[in-house]
Amino acid sequence: MHVPNEPTLHKAKDPHTELADHHAVDQLNHDHRHGAHDYGASHGSVKSYLIGFALSVILTAIPFALTMLKILPAASLIPVILILGVIQIVVHLHYFLHMDTSSSQVWNNAAFVFTVIIVGILIVGTIWVMFHLNHNMMPGMMPMG
Amino acid sequence: MSSRVDQLHEDPLLRAIFGKLHIESIPWHDPIIMGAGAGMVIAAVAVLGLTTYFKQWKYVWSNWLTSVDHKKIGVMYIILALIMLLRGFADALMMRAQQAMASAGGEGFLPPDHFDQIFTAHGVIMIFFVAMPFVVGLMNVVMPLQIGARDVAFPYLNSLSFWLTASGAILINVSLVIGEFAHTGWLAYAPLSGIEFSPGVGVDYYLWALQIAGLGTLLSGVNLITTIFKMRAPGMTLMRMPIFTWTTLAANMLIVAAFPILTVCLAMLSLDRYLGMHFFTNEAGGNAMLYVNLIWAWGHPEVYILVLPAFGVFSEIVATYSRKRLFGYDGMVYATMCIALLSFVVWLHHFFTMGAGANVNAFFGITTMIISIPTGVKVFNWLFTMYRGRIKLDLPMMWTLGFIITFVIGGATGVLMAVPGADFVLHNSVFLIAHFHNVIIGGVLFGCFAALNYWFPKAFGFKLHTGLGKVSFWCWLIGFYVAFMPLYALGLMGMTRRLSHMNDPVWQVYLIVAAGGALLILAGIVANIAQIVWSVVKRDELRDETGDPWDGRTLEWATSSPPPFYNFAVTPAIGNHDSFWDAKQLGQAYVQPETYAPIHMPRNTATGLLIGLVSVPFGFALVWHIWWLALLGFVAMIVIAAVHTFNEDRDYYVQPDEIKAIEDARFALLKTQKEA
Repeated sequence: MHVPNEPTLHKAKDPHTELADHHAVDQLNHDHRHGAHDYGASHGSVKSYLIGFALSVILTAIPFALTMLKILPAASLIPVILILGVIQIVVHLHYFLHMDTSSSQVWNNAAFVFTVIIVGILIVGTIWVMFHLNHNMMPGMMPMG
Repeated sequence: MSSRVDQLHEDPLLRAIFGKLHIESIPWHDPIIMGAGAGMVIAAVAVLGLTTYFKQWKYVWSNWLTSVDHKKIGVMYIILALIMLLRGFADALMMRAQQAMASAGGEGFLPPDHFDQIFTAHGVIMIFFVAMPFVVGLMNVVMPLQIGARDVAFPYLNSLSFWLTASGAILINVSLVIGEFAHTGWLAYAPLSGIEFSPGVGVDYYLWALQIAGLGTLLSGVNLITTIFKMRAPGMTLMRMPIFTWTTLAANMLIVAAFPILTVCLAMLSLDRYLGMHFFTNEAGGNAMLYVNLIWAWGHPEVYILVLPAFGVFSEIVATYSRKRLFGYDGMVYATMCIALLSFVVWLHHFFTMGAGANVNAFFGITTMIISIPTGVKVFNWLFTMYRGRIKLDLPMMWTLGFIITFVIGGATGVLMAVPGADFVLHNSVFLIAHFHNVIIGGVLFGCFAALNYWFPKAFGFKLHTGLGKVSFWCWLIGFYVAFMPLYALGLMGMTRRLSHMNDPVWQVYLIVAAGGALLILAGIVANIAQIVWSVVKRDELRDETGDPWDGRTLEWATSSPPPFYNFAVTPAIGNHDSFWDAKQLGQAYVQPETYAPIHMPRNTATGLLIGLVSVPFGFALVWHIWWLALLGFVAMIVIAAVHTFNEDRDYYVQPDEIKAIEDARFALLKTQKEA
């Protein structure tokens, strides 16, 4: 019953049908030797992890340096930190979570889009709500600008 | 009782060993707490003692505690929920009694300090340790069977999730006897929950119990989503999944999206309390309103995490007992997903009165009204399913009818409060209390009891007793109305929530009636326990040999009751939804295959249990600032998890002859059934 795990065997187009008869075999042991290369994208190489790690360190070090050394004024410092943070999210997604646009990633990408929508709603909504709350309830404490 | 938590050890060595924990941390002088604590200890000793006396430790250990079988884990979740229901309901009884006694200027029997802990504990326990484990337990037992899977995607993770949830529950119960619980209300609003206004350990118990249990819930969400996406039987496309599986999917997507907000929000409050930060304090740039915003950004989806699976339960039951295909399957699916998405854009309706202003309030008021539309679609779908159906009024169907009526009333009062202007009158009144009990009891709890009666024979192989079940149902239904309709009236009369003493004699009669309703619900709970006990005693008379006692429609009824540990000897192929019903109509059900293939199954592991057990002293140490123990516990959990990754022997194959023996016995039994 055990099916040899060649990734090519599993490249069915429809994600629903690829699980036919051996799904229990591989899925029960997703984290085990049988299922290690069955689904989703590659698991990366030492090189790709090191690149991701180096980029993350650089993208973390820059905002720290900018803040500690007081190079930029606050008004431009905050957007710079935010942009670098978003870039780092992309780095993590690519190098550590191995997301790409291949068809085997349909569910990963759908889940990611869902997450982005929810996070977007929360961030935009929270900023909107908190701005009005601060404006109405804490007039003396509003930040300048 | 902040005096008793303020007694710190003078000796630095004792302080290093015991942190803030002191012999006086235990409220020796309080008879209610000591009685409850003694009761808990006696019950625990009795269970342990009986297990030892009957020499059942091996059975309990290998069949339950270390099991990774989704059915066993689901049952343990539900047992946890039922035990905690007793604790949470005891709190409810005390509140109702106190308010009935202390409403016309009387003293009552609870000091305000104790009353505050009771209403906080009631809310926390009922949501996190009754409703959540009950719903997660149902999803665990039923969903893999409905999609024809052999287990969940990550069986060990499932066991870990359960034991983390159980640890959170244990920590909450420890707080009853050692120290205190939060006085803050069930969401622990800042700045009241900050260190300045809550210097005791109550909020810390709250934080760590919820963080530990919340981690379990989050992992379970990942697990069940993966199971649904990756392990459906061949032919079961998404639009052929049973509705309960759909609502499970929606609820777990909400868990994965929403629980991190709770985690972050509680973590920031912890940083305020432990490290002197100022996220939510009144000074140094803190903003307590952000806490309210964030906790409800989690809190509103949480409501739908609980009620969507209940909607799924009712959908299955209505179709089965009307002996009809569910009306508007597609509409039901889209309504479920609409509700799931919309649940993220309504959270501000919990704090219209905080002062966001007209534009913001109007936006969230309208989104709140919109979310009632897909909910209404569901109600009509259930009604149209019953229309011209051959309805059989069994227990699950009675709970469903009780739900439809009760939930519509609760929904209507909810839409009423979605109008910001009306909410300014009703906010924080007992009208709100009546509303959300109306939807949580009428929706979630009725759904859980419907599901308990519906799927109990699947899990255990015998039905629950009908007569006692009816007693329980009527006590709950009537008790609910008697307990909460007076609160609607009191809310309109201006009574606010969480009052330990009042001096308006007009209110007292309503509160006495409400307390009577709580007693009726108590009778319902007693009948419930009696129903389960009596059914176990009379299990031979109530036995169901077919595996399909209700003439069901979905896949879980195709296997035996209780299902074999591998669920299905041969993975079924699906041609449509209600495919088991179709197979029965075509005479294709109950055909024994000639040969069997080996089945790949996971081995039991104690890792989840051990990590869960260690997380109790870990959380306890953090609560009491016992840093060496916290560090030790943390390292121990990491080491246990790491050691588990080196365990290569975690799976095996069930051989065809063993499967054949089990299946032959089942088909022989089915044959005698048919002849009889």
